[in-house]
Amino acid sequence: MDTKTFLIIAVIKIALVVFIMLTGVAYTTWLERKLIGRIQNRWGPTRVGPFGLLQPLADGIKFILKEDMIPDNVHRGLFILAPMLALAMSLISIAVIPFGETITIAGHTTALQISGVTHVDGGISDINIGLLIILGVTSIGVYGVALAGWSSNSKYSLLGSLRASAQMISYELALGLSLVGILLLSGTLSLREIVSSQSGTWSLAGHDTHVPHWFIFPQIIGFFIYLLAAFAETNRIPFDLPEAETELVAGYHTEYSSMKFAMFFMAEYVNMFTVACLASLLFFGGWHGPHFSFLPAIAQSLLPVVWFALKVFFFIFLYIWIRGTLPRFRYDQLMAFGWKFLLPLAIANIIVTSLIVAWRA
Amino acid sequence: MVHQVLFIVFGLICVAGAINLLVQRHPINSALSLVVVMASLALIYLLLGAEFVAAIQVIVYAGAIMVLFVFVIMLLNAGAEERTRGSRIALFVGVPATVVLAGTVGWLLVHGSARLGGVSIGSSDFGETHAIARLLFRDFLLPFEITSVLILIAIMGAVVLGKREG
Repeated sequence: MDTKTFLIIAVIKIALVVFIMLTGVAYTTWLERKLIGRIQNRWGPTRVGPFGLLQPLADGIKFILKEDMIPDNVHRGLFILAPMLALAMSLISIAVIPFGETITIAGHTTALQISGVTHVDGGISDINIGLLIILGVTSIGVYGVALAGWSSNSKYSLLGSLRASAQMISYELALGLSLVGILLLSGTLSLREIVSSQSGTWSLAGHDTHVPHWFIFPQIIGFFIYLLAAFAETNRIPFDLPEAETELVAGYHTEYSSMKFAMFFMAEYVNMFTVACLASLLFFGGWHGPHFSFLPAIAQSLLPVVWFALKVFFFIFLYIWIRGTLPRFRYDQLMAFGWKFLLPLAIANIIVTSLIVAWRA
Repeated sequence: MVHQVLFIVFGLICVAGAINLLVQRHPINSALSLVVVMASLALIYLLLGAEFVAAIQVIVYAGAIMVLFVFVIMLLNAGAEERTRGSRIALFVGVPATVVLAGTVGWLLVHGSARLGGVSIGSSDFGETHAIARLLFRDFLLPFEITSVLILIAIMGAVVLGKREG
C-alpha cells in the first residue's frame, strides 16, 4: 500500500468513526432520557419526531443557537481551552480501539480500527501500547475538568473541579491496577492482541467447557473493580459528586453555556463509550461471537462489529440503568471506598493472578 | 527525514515551554507550561522508538504529578507572584556560570560524540516493554526495590509530619 492510498483510507476511517461516535453520543442522550423516563414511570421525550427520535437534533440546534456567555473575571484563555481539552482528549482514545478484524473493499484490506497498519503480506498490527495510550489520554483529560473549575472564578465551579480531580486521580489508580490481571493473562499491551488471545473456549481439566475464552471468567474481581472505577472515572451516578446539583449547582461547568457546555456534555458521553469499549475488549472478548459461514464476505467481516456494538450497548444500558436506580455517595464514603477497598482489592487480585500464572508456566 | 523534522519541532516546543515556565508570573500558567514540556518530551521518546517510556512519561508526569501540582495550586488559590529586582549574585555569578556550563556541554556534544555513544532514531528495541521489564526486574532489581523503599519512607514521613499536632 503506498502512502497516498494509506492517507485516503485513514481519512475515510477517521471521518466515519467520528461521525458514528458523535451520532452514538447524541442518541445515547435520547436513550438515557427514554429509559430514565420509563424507570420513573413517565414517557421521556415524545414530541419531536416519532418516539422523540429527533430530540437529539433539536438539542444540538438549541446548543448552537444559544448565546455563548463568558462571565467577567474569568481566566479567559483557560476558560475557552478547558472544554476543548476535555472533548479532544475523550475523542483521541477512540483512535486506538479496534472494532473488528479486517475488511476488504475494492482490493484494499484494512483494519477495522483507525490506527492499525496493514503489512505487505496482509497481516494487521496495531499500536503495541494501545492500552497505555487510553490510560494516558484519560489522565490528561483531568486537566479539562480541573481548569474549567479554576478558570471560572466561581466557588461552586472550583469545589466541583477539586472534587472531580481528586476523584479521578484516586480512581485512576484502581482502574489501572484492575487491568494488570488482563495483562498478566494475555502478555501484551496491544488491544488487538488482547482480543485475539480471547478467541476459542475455556477448557477445564482437558475437557472443552463451551464457555467462550473471555477474560471475565478468571478476572471477575478485576472486572468489578474496573466497572466501579470506570463509573467514578466518567463522573456518573453514583459517583457524580463533581456535578452534584443539590449542593454545587452544576459543579465545574456552572459558568459554561452554549457549545462550551455541550462540549463537556459530549466529552462525558464519549468517555462513557470509551470505558464501555474497553470493558468489552478486555473482559468480553471484543468482537468475538458466533460465525455464520453462509453470509457474503463483506457481511462476514462486518458481523464482528455488530457483536462488539452489542456488547458496548450492554454497558451503556447498564450505565443508564444504574443512574436510574442508585443514589449518590457522600464524599468521604467515596474516597474511603476508592482508597481503602478498591485499591487493596485490586492489589490482592494482581498477587493471586500472578501466582496462578507463575504456577501454570 | 520526517523523524528529524518532528524532533526539531517538538524540541523547540519543549524549550519554549521551559522558557515560558520561568517567564510566566502566575503559578498555574507555569504548571501548564511544565505539562507542555513533559508532553513534548514524551513525543521525543516516541520518536526514539521508546513507546513504553513515552506512555509512562505522559501517565506519570503529565497525568499524575502535574495534575497534583495544579490541584494544590487551585486548592491554595495561589496568586500571581511578585517580581523582585533579583540578587546581584545571580547576575555576576549565575550568568557566567550558565554560559560556561552551556559551552562545556555543547563542546562535549560536538567534539566527544564518538566517545559518548549514541541512539539512532526510530530503531532498536531498547524502549520496548519487555526490554524495560528485563532491565528493571533482572539487571537492576536491587536498586529498583531500594528506590521503592525510599519512596515509602518519604510517604511515611509526610504522613507523620501531616499528623503532628500544632
